[in-house]
Amino acid sequence: MDVILFLAFAIIAVVCAINVVVQTHPISSAVSLVGVMGSLAVLYLLLGAEFLAAAQVIVYAGAIMVLFVFVIMLLNAGAESKKGRSFTAQLLGLPLWVAFLGLMAYFIQRLYPQSTRVHFGGFKGGGAAEIGHALFTTFLLPFEVTSILILVAILGAIVLARKEMD
Amino acid sequence: MDSFIVISLIKVAVVFAVLLTTLAYLQWVERKVIAHIQVRPGPYRVGPHGLLQPVADIVKLLTKEDLVPTYVNKPLYLLAPFLAMTMALLSISVIPFGPQIQVAGYQTYMQLTDLNIGVLFVLAVSSMGVYGIALAGWSSNNKYALLGGLRSSAQMISYELPMSLAIAAPLLISNTLSLRRLVEKQAGGIWNWNVLHGPFPQIVSFIIFLIAAFAETNRIPFDLPEAENELVAGFHTEYSSMKFASFFMSEYANMITVSCMATLLFLGGWVAPWPAEYGSSYVPAAIFVLAGLVALYHGFHPARRRDGYTLPVFGVLFLIAAAVFLLPMVQSWLIPLFWFCAKTGGILFGFMWIRGTLPRFRYDQLMGFTWKFLFPVAMLNLLVTGFLVALRS
Repeated sequence: MDVILFLAFAIIAVVCAINVVVQTHPISSAVSLVGVMGSLAVLYLLLGAEFLAAAQVIVYAGAIMVLFVFVIMLLNAGAESKKGRSFTAQLLGLPLWVAFLGLMAYFIQRLYPQSTRVHFGGFKGGGAAEIGHALFTTFLLPFEVTSILILVAILGAIVLARKEMD
Repeated sequence: MDSFIVISLIKVAVVFAVLLTTLAYLQWVERKVIAHIQVRPGPYRVGPHGLLQPVADIVKLLTKEDLVPTYVNKPLYLLAPFLAMTMALLSISVIPFGPQIQVAGYQTYMQLTDLNIGVLFVLAVSSMGVYGIALAGWSSNNKYALLGGLRSSAQMISYELPMSLAIAAPLLISNTLSLRRLVEKQAGGIWNWNVLHGPFPQIVSFIIFLIAAFAETNRIPFDLPEAENELVAGFHTEYSSMKFASFFMSEYANMITVSCMATLLFLGGWVAPWPAEYGSSYVPAAIFVLAGLVALYHGFHPARRRDGYTLPVFGVLFLIAAAVFLLPMVQSWLIPLFWFCAKTGGILFGFMWIRGTLPRFRYDQLMGFTWKFLFPVAMLNLLVTGFLVALRS
């Protein structure tokens, strides 16, 4: 059952991801990206990371992608026109892609030579309480640094927007 | 395992049948309530007191011609109502309506499923509901629809923040994300409900939640996405027949969901206002007896000749319902269900009352209100609650 669900949502994620690139209209690409986020959330859920799955949907699919769609709608961006690819790109595209995938597989194999198999639902730190505890004890410094980083980014956005207004 | 699947299927069928009927009749109730606020009778022609009006509406919507304009972006145009409807109906699956019950020897909960991230699930699903409206507005290729979709997405993103903060405060007190555990923590009586519970009564966050809920469901006074005097019909201008109906139904389903959430988070779910040993289990019967007697009195009143048949029938039905509430074998599940429906219904009535009373906001007022007032107040409320909870533990 778990394997079937995993395969189904992994395939959906990959198909949506390819669709993001293939589609010519930005809105269609954005909607496909929402599909990727949603199926990733299901994969987290299958692994047992419930809080992460909910956060993935709320933050990425529900907030960030809505902003993307909103901006695309506001700018009224049109469909991009397909230009023919150059001869070298056509010739080297497929071999380079295969080489890239091979390199990735090689590095993953080298970095994690004898990792244990993943068990569905085997991850035991995925509840809201565990995540909150980890954030405020083990990962307190990275957590606070990230929040300051986001605060700086917000302040920067306000300063930039101000300048335009005057 | 097999009995689990069968019971789950039966529960899904029952919940969805009840939910869809409620959706159809909520519309009738709303038209009646607003009509009486405006001193007119409302729907009156189809059936006694217009009671069959929803059936007529459904037949009308089903048989209407389904137009698809030639200039729309077809895949997204067709996806949008489907998305809106799915997301609106999905969140009902984690709402608990009552405690554990026993049916024909099987123990089961009056809830489709209990997730230990139930509150987050509802938030996630409702945040996905924006896409239905935004994509409908964009794919219609119509300037009114596009403006409606833009307004609605901006409004929903903005009001989601105070709403989430308002939800977080009672969660700090109850210390759980499962909706069933949330209600179990509020058991005992009205002083244990989160809206009045110590160390810090959540009245402020209850009100913020309700205001944000009005905006999230695009209801008056925040119905700018479909402001008819500026935008024709807003995001659903180009939709007809069942596609229009699914937007309409999703709006009402969202109303039911947020009312259920307000009941569960702040008003103690199915918990009675005071314990049963002080007689709270006789309240439903008393209410129905009262309603039945009022209906009978008015039915036989000589000045109301036109209601001489309908009102006595309803009076007798109410008295029968009162008798059912006194039967000991159904009391264990009927009385919690009554309290849950009464609280949710009360909030739904508030939605209609406000629709009949308040004018619409201006767009800059709408945005200023949430960012400059609701958000800081919700933040402050959360900080104070967190501080007091930390002091107590």
